[in-house]
Amino acid sequence: MNVRVRNPSLAIGVTTVAAVVVAAILGPLLFRADPLSIDLANTLAGPSRAHPFGCDALGRDVLARVLSGARLSLSISTVVVAISLVVGSLIGATAALSGGRIDNLVMRGVDIVLAFPGILLAIALAAILGPGLIDLAIALTAMGWTGYARIVRGEVLTLRERDYVLAAESLGASRSRLLMRHLIPGVVGPLAVQATFGIGGIIGAEAALSFLGLGALPPTPSWGNMLDAGRAFLLVAPHLTTAPGLAIGLSILGFNLLGDGIAQKVGHRA
Amino acid sequence: MAPAAEGSGSDPVINYLVRRLLALVPVALGVATLTFAIIHLVPGDPVVAMLGETAAPADIVGMRHQLGLDRPLLEQYAAYLGGLAVGDLGESISYRKPVSRLIAERFPATIELAAAGMLVAVLLAFPLGIIAGSNPGGAGDLGAMGFAIVGISIPHIYLGPLLMILFSLDLRWLPLTGRGGLEHLVLPAVTLGTALAAILARMLRQSLIRVRESDYMRTALSKGLSARSALVRHGLKNALTSVVTIIGLQMGALLSGTLITEIIFSWPGIGRLLISAIGARDYPVVEGCVLTFAMTYVIVNMATDFVYAIVDPRVRIS
Repeated sequence: MNVRVRNPSLAIGVTTVAAVVVAAILGPLLFRADPLSIDLANTLAGPSRAHPFGCDALGRDVLARVLSGARLSLSISTVVVAISLVVGSLIGATAALSGGRIDNLVMRGVDIVLAFPGILLAIALAAILGPGLIDLAIALTAMGWTGYARIVRGEVLTLRERDYVLAAESLGASRSRLLMRHLIPGVVGPLAVQATFGIGGIIGAEAALSFLGLGALPPTPSWGNMLDAGRAFLLVAPHLTTAPGLAIGLSILGFNLLGDGIAQKVGHRA
Repeated sequence: MAPAAEGSGSDPVINYLVRRLLALVPVALGVATLTFAIIHLVPGDPVVAMLGETAAPADIVGMRHQLGLDRPLLEQYAAYLGGLAVGDLGESISYRKPVSRLIAERFPATIELAAAGMLVAVLLAFPLGIIAGSNPGGAGDLGAMGFAIVGISIPHIYLGPLLMILFSLDLRWLPLTGRGGLEHLVLPAVTLGTALAAILARMLRQSLIRVRESDYMRTALSKGLSARSALVRHGLKNALTSVVTIIGLQMGALLSGTLITEIIFSWPGIGRLLISAIGARDYPVVEGCVLTFAMTYVIVNMATDFVYAIVDPRVRIS
């Protein structure tokens, strides 16, 4: 074939993400093993025809648990990114439009949230809120909104100085309508890039928190708590860490490539 | 542009540093306040959590008094800030020791791991970036960038166990867990540094490609320098400021990666102290560790700015 792919990141990213999403939606319907049913006869069993990814310490099917974990991971990260995107954008736009002291205050708030490295803020919040999915989502959202706020604020501020906006304004156009009309096309690209990388980031953060015992609690299968449980059996049953580990890696890889691809397409790096 | 001379602090570098130091104060205060708010305002009673739902009411009252939680919130906040100012972080409930001492005992291990991770990142990134950037589109570029995209995507919680299986359990080259000699440091440092190495390698490749197309490269080549040595000599010097920037930006990821890596390898640092304190509901220790991580990050960021200001004179003007 002599077709040259112009944006390989986008092509591979779309394919990988689509594969992960399809596996999460259809997987548990097609592969009908119960991720929770215990079968001590199959404790730590290696991969076989009945259990393609083997079984864990309680004889539960690892493939069923990885697929169930995919649903959890993708739904949490999508919800967290969606809420962060809306909340962050509103905060950023409000700050830029109010200007002055409110803008200053909001941006200092962003600085303070960003002063907590990586997932530290989420760890601290999850530690106090206790484990559980809703608390996990709150903790991850508290950490994730700042990027969107910065993008929208920056875009509103530059837009306000653009000649065509000033011109339209001097001709009597309403400022809020103008901003809505010109802001949306300007921010959609950067926000899409940020949100795509964001989903990959939240998949990793969710896995890390569950790994630390601060997210989804056993027996609910999540990639993070499966990896944690598998650590005790590295020598005798490496498939327990390989399966969820590859699932996390592949999903993050997919969203990273997709993010790169979208960035190339819209000509903007997050 | 800033005026060249301002009273006694006429040196623009000093001026810049003083400005940055002053800007640190509100951020530090904000970090301390947010940490306090998380521990004290988020719903859930730490004392009940510590003693259990079935604890006798008298014990709960006693513990609350011992921790000072029966005082008004503002008074607690004032005492907390007062303690912070003199380095007092309270007393651990489970260890019965000052939190500051617990942290001081473990801080060197955390810094050692973070520094080793950064060293691994730089040592991996330069060869990869040079291979990729000196012949973009070639096989070396493809291989190095393939490594980079996998390195960015593979999570610590999988890379760590993977390295353990390969190098400790199968090949038996390196110890599995714990802190000790240099051999104990290798796997945790590689686990921690790989993602940063990947990001740095991508950035180095970008800047080498940009340098290849520049005028001074053409001059260097016409002087008779070989393409690769010209690229390395001129290109890398130019890329250094970007390396400092990226390391600064990635410092947060590196520090929180340290926390996870400590858990994976049973590394006796603050990350492990924090997670075990969360399990034990030892809130003074949780507060102290969170604060230490955040303040370390803030200070390292400022240090990066300083290095930057010294390396690149353009920074000081803005």
